[in-house]
Amino acid sequence: MNYFELFKLPPTFGLDVATLESNYRKIQSESHPDRFVTASSAEKLASMQTATMANEAYQTLKSPGLRAAYLLSLQGVAAIDEKNNQMPADFLMQQMEWREAIEDAENARDVSTLESLLDEIGGAGKNLQESLKSQFQHHHLSEATTSTRKLIFMDKVRADIVKSIEKLD
Amino acid sequence: MALLQISEPGQSAAPHQHKLAVGIDLGTTNSLVATVRSGLSSILVDDDGHALLPSVVRYLPDGNIDVGYSAQAAQSQDPANTIISAKRFMGRGLKDIDVSQQPYHFIDTSEMLQIETRGGIKSPVEISAEILKVLKSRAEKSLGGELVGAVITVPAYFDDAQRQATKDAARLAGLNVLRLLNEPTAAAVAYGLNNAAEGTYVIYDLGGGTFDISILKLSKGVFAVLATNGDSALGGDDFDRRIFCWILEQSKCNPVNAQDTRLLLTKAREAKEWLTDHTNAQITSMLSTGEVIDVNLSTKQFNALTQTLVAKTLNPTKKALRDANLNIEDIKGIVLVGGATRMPQIRLAVADFFKQSPLTNLDPDKIVALGAAIQANTLAGNKSGADLLLLDVIPLSLGLETMGGLVEKIIPRNATLPIARAQEFTTFKDGQTAMSIHVLQGERELVSDCRSLAQFELRGIPPMVAGAARIRVTFTVDADGLLSVSAREIASNVEANIVVKPSYGLNEEQILAMLTSGFSSADADKQARALAEAKVDAESLLEAIKNALEKDGDLLNKHEKQQIKAKIDALEAAIIQTNGHAGAVDTTSDAIIKATEVLNAATEDFAARRMDAGVSRALAGKNLDSLEI
Repeated sequence: MNYFELFKLPPTFGLDVATLESNYRKIQSESHPDRFVTASSAEKLASMQTATMANEAYQTLKSPGLRAAYLLSLQGVAAIDEKNNQMPADFLMQQMEWREAIEDAENARDVSTLESLLDEIGGAGKNLQESLKSQFQHHHLSEATTSTRKLIFMDKVRADIVKSIEKLD
Repeated sequence: MALLQISEPGQSAAPHQHKLAVGIDLGTTNSLVATVRSGLSSILVDDDGHALLPSVVRYLPDGNIDVGYSAQAAQSQDPANTIISAKRFMGRGLKDIDVSQQPYHFIDTSEMLQIETRGGIKSPVEISAEILKVLKSRAEKSLGGELVGAVITVPAYFDDAQRQATKDAARLAGLNVLRLLNEPTAAAVAYGLNNAAEGTYVIYDLGGGTFDISILKLSKGVFAVLATNGDSALGGDDFDRRIFCWILEQSKCNPVNAQDTRLLLTKAREAKEWLTDHTNAQITSMLSTGEVIDVNLSTKQFNALTQTLVAKTLNPTKKALRDANLNIEDIKGIVLVGGATRMPQIRLAVADFFKQSPLTNLDPDKIVALGAAIQANTLAGNKSGADLLLLDVIPLSLGLETMGGLVEKIIPRNATLPIARAQEFTTFKDGQTAMSIHVLQGERELVSDCRSLAQFELRGIPPMVAGAARIRVTFTVDADGLLSVSAREIASNVEANIVVKPSYGLNEEQILAMLTSGFSSADADKQARALAEAKVDAESLLEAIKNALEKDGDLLNKHEKQQIKAKIDALEAAIIQTNGHAGAVDTTSDAIIKATEVLNAATEDFAARRMDAGVSRALAGKNLDSLEI
């Protein structure tokens, strides 16, 4: 059973997040270990397995980057591949600029610049999600793979910015 | 809403008898026990009507142990043998705490610290168990029966070692732990159910020795923790200490002895509490040296003294908001928990930060225990709480030591529990047959800045060239927030041996030794006890499986049903055999345990199918349980 099947959702990038959340809660209401505190160990095991999978599946489908990578993996495409990790030159330039801006802001202890960088990359990520929706709809898998790599990369940059902000706080 | 159950005339409601379960708030300063009676959560009081039990344990000269108010009253006469705030030492080594100004004789071990008292060398786990024993007997006396179990609360920001220590303490006290529950989550349950709250709430919990911040989304009986943060060494105690230092400075005292330290700390606490409703506190005291202390502390001075402590709570608050991806405008309300939140400067700081007044309509001392009782009632299977569900998170990331003393994160903080993650490793040298794995908890990048949880040694890896072995290590964190680890070599499918050495916990032998040292029971007693326990386990399994067969028997074919029935018969026969065979209890309890295991194993597939069927029903909207509105 794949993650989409678990939540009874169609395997699309533009999924309905509200339905995802409500179905996730329904599954946890049935399977969470709290429901099996006094049950047999066989039932506890089944509960633990299902609840763990539901958590993993929910986290994967909720995050646009992970959801795109998961959709690709269902098509047999590995978005994160150590041997093939090519990125377009303009994106490489862009990420270097971001990295430099982060470093400068961190050295200047400038939290507000870091926060606006966070917003800027978040905005770029939203645009990328729109492209991904149509790329998946039209089965343009190689474009979708590039977009997915970019999105996951941007998530990493955002996580690094949050770390820098925490250091400065 | 739950419906009232009315039984058929002439039939008793006995099968659905109310099970006795309690919630325990094991606090740094005070502890409480609560239960749900007639649908209402209420605190159980002692014979004198006290709700709070001061978390103070005194080892008396006659060998007895005193817990609570009388121990607290004796603290400045007998500081070395009167342990307060033991919670601060749970799962901690000597290097983790500030030992200056502590009157105890600490014993340094490579593991959890210990304290030498006249009652012997005691670990924080044993000291906490004394508090839990008192609460357990209070509950059993007031409820008139044996408890099926307890939910015990822990600070959300407690790490694995501190949680394990708390669970061990409960075990020593003879309590069956239904669940370790995070304090802010417990508070959210009590607040949310009382006020029919929906939306995103912040729980700001400043206790005696710990600070937690949790952000929860409340929706239709589901309490989902979005993010948690905190400081497991910041609390009301620290405010007392600031006043204490100020007193010494003002009165130009020489360093004071342990007895006077306790005396002045008590005076400091009283002044802190007084300043909640007054603008000035007069602090007067005579020290053992004959020196007289007489100083006046104003609210303004107190605020200035404690400003940095108040500010220290706001950093974790910001982090939690960022982790949850929320702004202050998204927050519907802030619930204050813990006695220390009575301080006006805390309330002002919270209101100022969130741009709204915090909610204070529940007693901040009692709300955690009340929430824990509601969860205990649900977990014990009492009908009334069936539609309550808590989805909690792991507060601190889990990772492994890699080359160069760095930590690689395996499970990120704020991941919803339960969670499992696997990571593959390989060998570094040709023919390598063992591997040492170091598990750490914390957010920092260096091993030395994180808490060491355990060192695992994987042995028995088949010799191969370097990099050829594939060792898959799986980390599982259960609903109590506790970690377990398993490992397997994939290429040869050899299950590697794991030696688990909890760096700051007690091992099984130590716990057993503590359990048996308490009562010097004869072997025969132990065997009888083992038999009784085996029978109880077997009977509850039989009941559960018979119910499951009745409800979902159609998930099995005829052959499968016969298989399970045969195992049921075997277990029932094993139980019957013990009747009248008092002599050979040891072997008969073994037989029951074995037959129980066999039956359990035989129903694993059935359990998995029932789970899948339940999930399908829930998503199809045909869940029978939710039809009662």
